[in-house]
Amino acid sequence: MELIGLLNYAVFMAIFIGIYSLLALGLNIQWGFSGLFNAGIAGFFAVGAYSSALLTAPESAVHLGGYQLPVVVGWIGAMIAAGAIAWPIGKVCLRFRSDYLAIATIGVAEIIRLVVKSEGWMTGGARGVNKIPRPFGDLSYLYSQLAYLALVFAIVLVVYWAIERQISAPWGRMMRGIRDNEDAATAMGKDIKARRLEAFIFGAAVMGLGGALFAHFNRSITPEAIDPMIATFLIWIMLILGGSGNNRGALLGVAVVWIIWSASEFVTDQLPTEYAIKAKYMRVFIIGLLLQLVLRFRPEGILPEPQGTAGSPEVKTFQKQESAAK
Amino acid sequence: MLEIEQLSKQFGGFRAVNNCSFSVQKGTITGLVGPNGAGKTTTFNLIAGALQPTAGKIKFLGEDVTSLSSDQLFHKGLVRTFQIPHEFHRLSALENLMLVPPSQKGENLFQNWLSFGSVKKQEEEVRQKALETLEFLELSHVANERAGNLSGGQKKLLELGRTMMTDAKLVLLDEPAAGVNRTLLRRLEDKIQILNQERGYTFVLIEHDMEMIEKLCDPVICMAEGSVLIEGDFQTVRSDARVLEAYLGETVGEAAL
Repeated sequence: MELIGLLNYAVFMAIFIGIYSLLALGLNIQWGFSGLFNAGIAGFFAVGAYSSALLTAPESAVHLGGYQLPVVVGWIGAMIAAGAIAWPIGKVCLRFRSDYLAIATIGVAEIIRLVVKSEGWMTGGARGVNKIPRPFGDLSYLYSQLAYLALVFAIVLVVYWAIERQISAPWGRMMRGIRDNEDAATAMGKDIKARRLEAFIFGAAVMGLGGALFAHFNRSITPEAIDPMIATFLIWIMLILGGSGNNRGALLGVAVVWIIWSASEFVTDQLPTEYAIKAKYMRVFIIGLLLQLVLRFRPEGILPEPQGTAGSPEVKTFQKQESAAK
Repeated sequence: MLEIEQLSKQFGGFRAVNNCSFSVQKGTITGLVGPNGAGKTTTFNLIAGALQPTAGKIKFLGEDVTSLSSDQLFHKGLVRTFQIPHEFHRLSALENLMLVPPSQKGENLFQNWLSFGSVKKQEEEVRQKALETLEFLELSHVANERAGNLSGGQKKLLELGRTMMTDAKLVLLDEPAAGVNRTLLRRLEDKIQILNQERGYTFVLIEHDMEMIEKLCDPVICMAEGSVLIEGDFQTVRSDARVLEAYLGETVGEAAL
């Protein structure tokens, strides 16, 4: 019995790792490869979660919708909606330098949260959207969880592969160039405004997908779920700690931080009440300390950005040919 | 091929470039000299589209390009380097060059999926060209090094290399010799000459190293206080009294010569 409980917990954790991986991968496109300081991840997460929820949920008196579309449509819709929201935001905010962009995106995320909370006709207000269909939801509890876990991991793998391919393509090289030196990139003919907007939308769409997976896993979404503490700041810590500019680092960071974050909750729940309240602050403290240590000893994260892999084998053969010719 | 007409740039109450006019002929290496604060780099920034002039006109290949931005000018064949090296520091030296060629198909998010084959083929061509450029600059051994880790002189060479990765017509070099050691400097001079003679690049270069100016440049334009003081071959400019005066005292001027 104990073992089953542990397995359930592990699966539950792993699903969250998968969902947050999407947020971290999305942020890595924006910050890690393109240098865009998006501090409003929770906003895109919310747009994705609500869009998919409203597209797929059964009819309800308290919110818009009742379309009952297939879940796949909901997920694609979530990506499109998050990308579409990112477009005007990016258009306005990407003109700012990175620190101002951070402030602007925090503001935008907060606006999205308030809109979700107060526009009850659309989102169900504080009651949120319920009865969101969940793929494999009809199976028994453990199998349903396992099946959803497999689905989430498959999606993470596909997204990871797609991003990796995009980043290793000339597009990724260009984005990294723009990130490293804006003036030089402009002087080399790159239209940085348009390119940044692309990266911003791309990242936001991935975040929106993460939000959708979250909503369908929970079977419901309420404004409380859009907590910037987790959906924005914890994701940032995951990326910085794991290694921004490296997708594998992002995934590793998600796993490490989420396990520590959850395990610490596990521990604090065992404590007597008077300590438990204090211990809540210890969790934040531990994560902060960990971040400090990593930044002190590995400033580029646990897995730093790989350097100059674009031509390694070719350079060697080229040099061989040259020396042979001599 | 480049005409500057009564160009002015005002920063607050300070006129960095003041009614400046000159032209650059095709196939030349034109030197732009003058004391610090003469407005040389500002002029470069105006030509390259990094700054917008307060007044005046810039014509490139007969076309008015005054209001174009840097990236648009690049596509017209006007390429620049920077006084302080602007390498893409987390990219390898090779990637720094591979990034440059315009209209790479793989820079389009969707082309990258729809026509992967031709993206790959183009990438191979770009890589080959970048490797040859590194070879030409004698930088092959640092191809996979992060550009941020290169020496100052190597970064300068790399910047010159970037201009070679596109079909440049006019290249603006901002102090290519600054911070470059003697050996590397001679090599840099040779490269510029080869590019000028064999590839038909037109250069404008800002430089304080008078040996380099003497060796490479004809004509030489001397700027002071935001406008052109004198234009001519090196000997004419060097022996002009106004130039010596502009260089703040004869001693400095003579030492430089």
